[in-house]
Amino acid sequence: MEGLSQYAYLAVLGFVLLVTAPLELYLGVRVWRRPRRLALTVLPVVVVFVVWDLYAISRDHWFFDPDQTTGVLLLGSLPLEELLFFVVVPIAGIMTLEAVSVVRRWPAVQDSTVQDTSVRETP
Amino acid sequence: MTYTQLALLGVLGAVLLDLAVLRVGLLRRALFWIAYAIMAFFQLFTNGWLTGREIVTYNPDTTLTSGQVVLLGDWRIAYAPVEDLMFGFAMIVLTLDLWVVWGRRGIDRGPYADGPWQRRRDEREAQAAQRARTARP
Repeated sequence: MEGLSQYAYLAVLGFVLLVTAPLELYLGVRVWRRPRRLALTVLPVVVVFVVWDLYAISRDHWFFDPDQTTGVLLLGSLPLEELLFFVVVPIAGIMTLEAVSVVRRWPAVQDSTVQDTSVRETP
Repeated sequence: MTYTQLALLGVLGAVLLDLAVLRVGLLRRALFWIAYAIMAFFQLFTNGWLTGREIVTYNPDTTLTSGQVVLLGDWRIAYAPVEDLMFGFAMIVLTLDLWVVWGRRGIDRGPYADGPWQRRRDEREAQAAQRARTARP
């Protein structure tokens, strides 16, 4: 079991990807299939929260168990899992928003000058 | 700064960003709050895993919670310090605001959602409309 425990953090990120996959495949939210918009959204989030994370690590706000992480550190102190967290969780969040948007027929983008074509309001 | 202070700043920053800076106004919409409720529910499990198993541990000097990891109480919910909820809220508001901003600018705004669920609903509604038309004399 010792070999597996170092994937304990990665496992939860895999879980998030797994449970949100049906939103893309079954509900058709088209988040993964809008890569430009997705990248432009996730990149600034990664920058802001990696900075927060590095500060928090440097000030001993939190610690990561070396036995339950892969041990790959980025920029000196940031576990690889944390970087992936800031990519995976925002994507799951966008998928959740788009899923509610599709089911309730509430366009995520509300603007009098543009029409959100990802949701058809009335059939 | 402590984690508590930073987390509060994060929430404040997210609210200002949404209502005043980017003026997306997601915080005024039921769409956001329903989606956020779903996310917060799942956060209890994923963050509970991370903190309950002590994959991540927190310095009690910088959080409201004292050192012990408990399921509920001592400023913890599902093992995680309440600051984590604020951290998550700030991250999600920033994310969703940006997603809407790029959509407004026409970047990957469409196309129409196209999953099997969606197609089935369309079919059902088209049939209902058809029936309504033919029922009329």
